[in-house]
Amino acid sequence: MSAVVKLHDIHKSFGSVEVLKGVSFEIDKGEVVAIIGRSGSGKSTALRCINRLETIQSGTLEVCGHRIDHADLDLRALRQDVGMVFQSYNLFPHLTVEENITLAPRRVKKLPTRDARALALSSLERVGLAEKIDAYPEQLSGGQQQRVAIARSLAMQPKVMLFDEVTSALDPQLTGEVLRVMEILAQGGMTMAVVTHEMAFARRVADRVIFMHQGRVWETGPGAMLDDPQTPELRAFLANGL
Amino acid sequence: MGGSFTINHLVYLLQGMMWTVVLSALAFLLGSVAGFGVMLMRTARTRLLRQISFVYVQVIQGTPLLIVLFVVYFGLGVVGIELPPLLAAGVSLMVYCSAFLGEIWRGCVESVPRTQWEAAEGLALTRWQTLVDVILPQAARIATPPTVGFLVQVLKSTSLASVVGFVELTRAAQVVNNSLFTPFLVFGIAGVLYFALCYPLSRWSRSLERKLNVGRRQAA
Repeated sequence: MSAVVKLHDIHKSFGSVEVLKGVSFEIDKGEVVAIIGRSGSGKSTALRCINRLETIQSGTLEVCGHRIDHADLDLRALRQDVGMVFQSYNLFPHLTVEENITLAPRRVKKLPTRDARALALSSLERVGLAEKIDAYPEQLSGGQQQRVAIARSLAMQPKVMLFDEVTSALDPQLTGEVLRVMEILAQGGMTMAVVTHEMAFARRVADRVIFMHQGRVWETGPGAMLDDPQTPELRAFLANGL
Repeated sequence: MGGSFTINHLVYLLQGMMWTVVLSALAFLLGSVAGFGVMLMRTARTRLLRQISFVYVQVIQGTPLLIVLFVVYFGLGVVGIELPPLLAAGVSLMVYCSAFLGEIWRGCVESVPRTQWEAAEGLALTRWQTLVDVILPQAARIATPPTVGFLVQVLKSTSLASVVGFVELTRAAQVVNNSLFTPFLVFGIAGVLYFALCYPLSRWSRSLERKLNVGRRQAA
C-alpha cells in the first residue's frame, strides 16, 4: 500500500518552545492510525500540521500528493482532500444542520442548490442523524453536534480524515455514539488519523498506534502494543489511566 | 426686531430637522461603506494594511470632528476645491464614522471564535468566503446594538455642520433665535426635536442588546 500521509523529520516551534522535535511517520491508504500521548506531547500539533492549520519550520510533509512544505502548495486543493473534526465541534451556529453540511460543497465544489439537500441527507445517514437535517446546532446534544461535524466533513468526500480529540468534551454515553460512527467509517476503508484518549478505541479499531512523548514519536506498533508497552514512558502513560 | 414664535418658525425648524436626518443618513451610509473597508484592513493578514488602517483610526479618533470639518471645508477651499456645505459636512462625518465603525466592527469580527475560521478554512473555503458566510453573520449579531448606539452619536454630531453654514436643525435654531431673541424657547424646541430623533434609536439599541443577551444565555 502507498502512503497518503508522509511526515519526515518535522520540526515545529511556538515561539521559543519546540513542540515537534523531528516527527516522522506515514499513514497508508485505508489505514487507521491512533495518536496517543499526554497533553503537550505534540500529538494535536502534529495532526494540525497535516492540513496546515499549523505551519512547520522544517522537514518534509506530503499529504495526498500535496507537498505541504512547498511554497507553491495549493492550500484549498489540500483541504478538499483532508477532512478535519475538532474537539469543540465548531459547527456554524447561525446555520442549520443542512446548511452546515452543504456550505463548503456549494461554495467550493459549486454543488447546485437543488442537489444540496440530497447530499446533506446522505451524509447525515452515515452518522445516523437524518432526522436532524433542519435543526440548529444549539438544539443538538454534544454527541449529535459532533456527528454532524463528521457528516459535514464527509460531505466534501475527503481522502483522509483527521480527528482531534473529538470525544474529549463528551460524557461517556455520548462518546460511545461518536466512536461507533468513527468505527463504521474505519470499516468502510477511510484513511484516518485519530488523536485520542480513548485507549479501548485505539486498541480495537486502530491498525497502528503512535505514542508521542515530548515532541517525538516514542513508540509505535499495532493496537496490541498497548498491552505490551516497550518503553517505560508508554508504560507510565498507560498506568496513569490517561 | 423681535416678535413671537409662529408656525412659520416651527416649519423652518422642522425643515432644519429634515436636513439633520439627511446629513445623518448620508454620513452613516458613506461611513458604513468606508468603515467596512477599515474593518477589512484592520483584520487583514497583510501587516502593512493593518498598520495603515491603525494609524488612520488613531488619527481620526484623536482629532475633534470640528477640526476635520474645518480641514475639509476651509482647507480644501484654500487649495481651490470648494465643496458645498452639505458635501463638506457629509465627507467629514463619513471620515469620522469610518474610523469609529471600523473599530467597532473589528472588535465584533474578532470576538467570533478563531475555531470558526479554522473549521471553515479546513473545509477549503477561501478567506473571503469564510468571512462572508461564516464570520460576518455571527459578527453582525454582536455588532447591531453598538452600531445603532453609534448612530445616535452621529446624529448629534451633525450639529457641528452648522459652523460651515449648513442649515440643519442647530443652524436653523440659530437663525430663528437671531430674529426672535428667545434662546430658551428656540433652542429648547431644537433640543426636544433632537431628543425625538435620538430617543427611539437609543431604545432600539437597548432592546437589541437585551435580545442578544437572551440569545447568548440560551445558547450557553
